[in-house]
Amino acid sequence: MNEKERNQRYNAYVSAKMTKTKPWPSLFHAFWVGGLICCLGELIKDLCLYISPELSTQTASTWSLIALIVLAALLTGLGIFDRIGAYAGAGTIIPITGFSNSIASPAVEFKREGLVFGLMAKMFIIAGPVIVTGVVASIIVGLVYLFI
Amino acid sequence: MNRLGRQTIVFKNKPRVVGSYTVVGPKEGRGNFAKFFDKILEDDLFGEKSYEAAESKMLKFAITEAIKNANIDKTQIDALFAGDLMNQIISSSFAARKLEIPYFGLFGACSTMAESLIMGSCYVDGGFARYAACATGSHFSSAEKQFRYPLELGTQRPPTSQWTVTGTGCTILGNDDSAGIFVECATIGKVVDWDVTDANNMGAAMAPAAMSTLKAHFEDTGRTADDYDLILTGDLGKLGSEILMDLMEYNGYKLGSNYNDCGQMIFNNTQKTFMGGSGCGCGASILNSYVYSRMNKGMLKNVLFIATGALMSTLSSQQGNSIPAIAHAVSIKFGGK
Repeated sequence: MNEKERNQRYNAYVSAKMTKTKPWPSLFHAFWVGGLICCLGELIKDLCLYISPELSTQTASTWSLIALIVLAALLTGLGIFDRIGAYAGAGTIIPITGFSNSIASPAVEFKREGLVFGLMAKMFIIAGPVIVTGVVASIIVGLVYLFI
Repeated sequence: MNRLGRQTIVFKNKPRVVGSYTVVGPKEGRGNFAKFFDKILEDDLFGEKSYEAAESKMLKFAITEAIKNANIDKTQIDALFAGDLMNQIISSSFAARKLEIPYFGLFGACSTMAESLIMGSCYVDGGFARYAACATGSHFSSAEKQFRYPLELGTQRPPTSQWTVTGTGCTILGNDDSAGIFVECATIGKVVDWDVTDANNMGAAMAPAAMSTLKAHFEDTGRTADDYDLILTGDLGKLGSEILMDLMEYNGYKLGSNYNDCGQMIFNNTQKTFMGGSGCGCGASILNSYVYSRMNKGMLKNVLFIATGALMSTLSSQQGNSIPAIAHAVSIKFGGK
C-alpha cells in the first residue's frame, strides 16, 4: 500500500468514524429561533405603524431592521448572542441579526489591539466577504438590468 | 551512547522531578480534576488587560511557584525550556522576561510539555544544569482569537472539535535523590502527516503521529503496553484516542484499560466540549498535578506520557495544506536510586 492509498483509506475511515452533526435537531432549532426573530421583526414593524400611522410600510421595515441590528449588537456586547447562536446556528445567522453579530463580535475581540488597527481594521473580517459578494452581485444585476 | 534503536534516548542519571505547579482557568476548575490543580483562577483574565497577557502571567506564575515547590532558589535553575501556541511563542518569552533564567523557547504546539521535559532531562542528565524548568501552557480565549473566530461570534462548533484548555504547568527537574519520580527514557517523534486537512478534527490529524511514536517506543525498548500502569496521550480527545487504539491494534499492539487521554479526561460530559480538551495546557495541567500526585502516593509507578501536537498555522490551513503532527513520548517512573 503506497502512501497516497494509505492516506485515502485513513481519511475514509475517519469520516466513517467521526460524529456528525444531526440535521433534524439542528434544523428544528434554527427554524424556531429564526422564525421567532422574524416574528419579532414583524412585531416591531407593526408597532411602528401603530404608533405613527403616517409612516410608509418601507420606512417601518427599515426601523424594524435597525432595531434588530441594535439588539443583536447589544446582545453580542453582553456576551449573550454567542450562546443563542451556538444553539440556533443558521436561525440567528441568516436574519440580519447574524450580520450585526459578525461585525460586532470582531469589534469586541480586537478592541485591545487599538481603535484603528484593531477595532476598525478587524471589524469586517467575517462580514467582509458578505459585503464584497453583495457589491459584486449588485454590479452584475445592474449591468444585466441596463442591457435588458 | 545513551540510545536505544532509532528514536529513543535513555537518561542514565535519572533526572528527577523535584517540583511542579499547575494553574488552570475557571472552566477547568469545574472539570474532573479540580482537586488536583494547584491554583484555579476565578477570572480567566487573571487581572490582565488581554488574554495573551493572562496566558503569559499564568505561565510565569506556574514557573515561579514550581521553583518554590521544589524548595530552591531561581538562581539554581540553569535552564528554562518553555513554549506555547501563540505566534512567535510570546507567552513563554514574555513570561521569561523577568525570570532571569537562561531560556530556550520551544515550539511543538501541544506536544510542548513532552518536548520541554525531554530537553530538560537531557540538560540535567548531561550535567549541563543543576536544575531545569520545563513549562508550557495555553489559553482558550487567546487560542480562539488566533486560530478560530471571535469569542462572541454566534457560530456552532463542529462535533469533532475540541476545547483549548486554559492552563499552564511547570516541572522542575534536578538530580536530587530524595525525589521519587524520575524521567527514565524518551522517544522523539517524527513529523507525520496522513493528509488530514480538517482543522476542526485535530484528534484525527494527530493520532497517526501518536501511533508512530508509540510504535517506535515499543520497538526501540522491546516493551509492550503492559509494561506501563498508565499510557497517557496529551490531547487526542475522544475521537483521536479511539483512532489511536484502532491504529495500534492494526500494528499488533493492544492498548487496554491502562490507556487514557488528557483531552478526554479533563472536562466532564456536561461541559459541552465535544471531543474534550486540547492545547499545550491540557497535557501540562494533568501531568503536573494528577499524574505526579498519583505517582508520589505510589498508585502509579510506570507512566508513559505522549504529548501530541498539530504543527499547522492558520495560513497553512487557508492555503489548503494538510496538518502535519508530532508526538514525543516520555517514560516517567517512580522509584529509589
